[in-house]
Amino acid sequence: MIDILSYTFIQHAILAGILVSISAGIIGPLIVTNRISFLAGGIAHSSYGGIGIALYLGIPILFGATIFAVITAIIIAYLTLQNRERIDAVIGIMWSAGMALGIILIDLTPGYNVDLMSFLFGSIIAVSLNDIYYMIVLDIVIVALVTYYYREFLAISYDSEFAQLRGINVKFFYTLMLVLAALTVVAAIQVVGLILVIALLTIPTYIAENYANRLSTMMILSVIFAAVFTLSGLTLSYMYDLSSGASIIVVSIFGLIISKIIKKKK
Amino acid sequence: MISIKNLFFSYDKTNVLEDINLTINDKDFLAIIGPNGGGKSTLLKLLLNLLTPKSGTITLGDDLKKSHLGYVPQNTNLNIGFPITALEVVLMGHLVGKRPLFGYGKDEVSCALNSLTQVGMKEFANVKIGNLSGGQRQRVFIARALCSNPKVLLLDEPTASIDVKGQREIYDLLKQLNQTMTIIVVSHDISVLLNYAKKVAHINKNIVFHTLDNIQRDIKDDEHICEVELLNSLGAISSCGCSHD
Repeated sequence: MIDILSYTFIQHAILAGILVSISAGIIGPLIVTNRISFLAGGIAHSSYGGIGIALYLGIPILFGATIFAVITAIIIAYLTLQNRERIDAVIGIMWSAGMALGIILIDLTPGYNVDLMSFLFGSIIAVSLNDIYYMIVLDIVIVALVTYYYREFLAISYDSEFAQLRGINVKFFYTLMLVLAALTVVAAIQVVGLILVIALLTIPTYIAENYANRLSTMMILSVIFAAVFTLSGLTLSYMYDLSSGASIIVVSIFGLIISKIIKKKK
Repeated sequence: MISIKNLFFSYDKTNVLEDINLTINDKDFLAIIGPNGGGKSTLLKLLLNLLTPKSGTITLGDDLKKSHLGYVPQNTNLNIGFPITALEVVLMGHLVGKRPLFGYGKDEVSCALNSLTQVGMKEFANVKIGNLSGGQRQRVFIARALCSNPKVLLLDEPTASIDVKGQREIYDLLKQLNQTMTIIVVSHDISVLLNYAKKVAHINKNIVFHTLDNIQRDIKDDEHICEVELLNSLGAISSCGCSHD
């Protein structure tokens, strides 16, 4: 078992798992407490449009997906802040429109037969060094912003009206939060795939909520849970030759059930 | 201190508030009452500059800045599962400005603890907000407003969903705070509130203003007042020539 750690792709996979756990563990609590899981799902799925554009134009996939996801996040933030009515329908439309755009563009890409499944369900084994660099930069940005602007994020999440009254630019921080969520989603697509991203963002947070009195504690616990689930899911997928993304999510759900049972027994 | 002149407001086409004129003086304890949808909370939000008047003006006195207005919102039961401690809620009350790179400054924390002490909630500082009772949570929100050293404290339905004993405690606290600041309360709990308020404004699109001296004389302490009779008596007074300014 130890000698498999000498393979570069395994090292990358482990590193990617930990790095994504950090960003997902910090952004997850913001998404859950703001009740915008559906919104994050919309961003995740429409980022498939970005993958399609990138493949069609022959630019790096990570770059294409990032730009597209950030633009989607800004549009969704704008629409949510303008008019909360019917926002669920709008997100649903962007959700499917992005995916349709991605699929058609990949159809049109000449001679390209990319493995669609790897984007939908993740392929942590295929993480490149560039992906790792992307994740490191993203983690640094997220940790720095969320640490420095912790009180702003806390205020807009808990009581946005009061935050506005205290002179916090609610719209700016709300948009920033969605952009950070979009970047996290793009990074996590490599690890668990865009269909399962939401699980990685919500399950560790959902468990952490039982043990956390503060948002900051919730974030730290979420990072730890996410890392444990990702690494054990990865081990499981290697041992039994299963899809990495699905394995990680199954382990997470198993963890969720155990935590619920423990809580009930108390 | 605060003067409202010819204020009109509407969310869409129909006016929610029409021709509101009101002057609030230093150390007033003003109760704003009226039916649901009558525009009470709207008036409070206009005062706080969360909404902008359609026409008319709200003028703050020379010594009063926007940051001197402390606000306790209506629904403190919102977001009850949120992972936040009482102390952190109070810390939200600090003004944006100078701050340490990480977390909260020592002076900010000690100021927040002071506010919690003032409302008798210091021992609950590290309790999750959702684990407090409605009355305790309301105190924490008052502490949050106190944290910014307000000259005027505006409260929107502070005693909704709190039992009668809890209501009295909240109003006793407000009475005590009233010695150093102006209090403006929007409320339904007329019977309790009138024991404490000095002035009352009835808002239902338009405003009817009363000073409470002559009504309060009839009310004995701890006696429940039938709100119908009370409203009748207010109505009687207003129809026999009290000022509708």
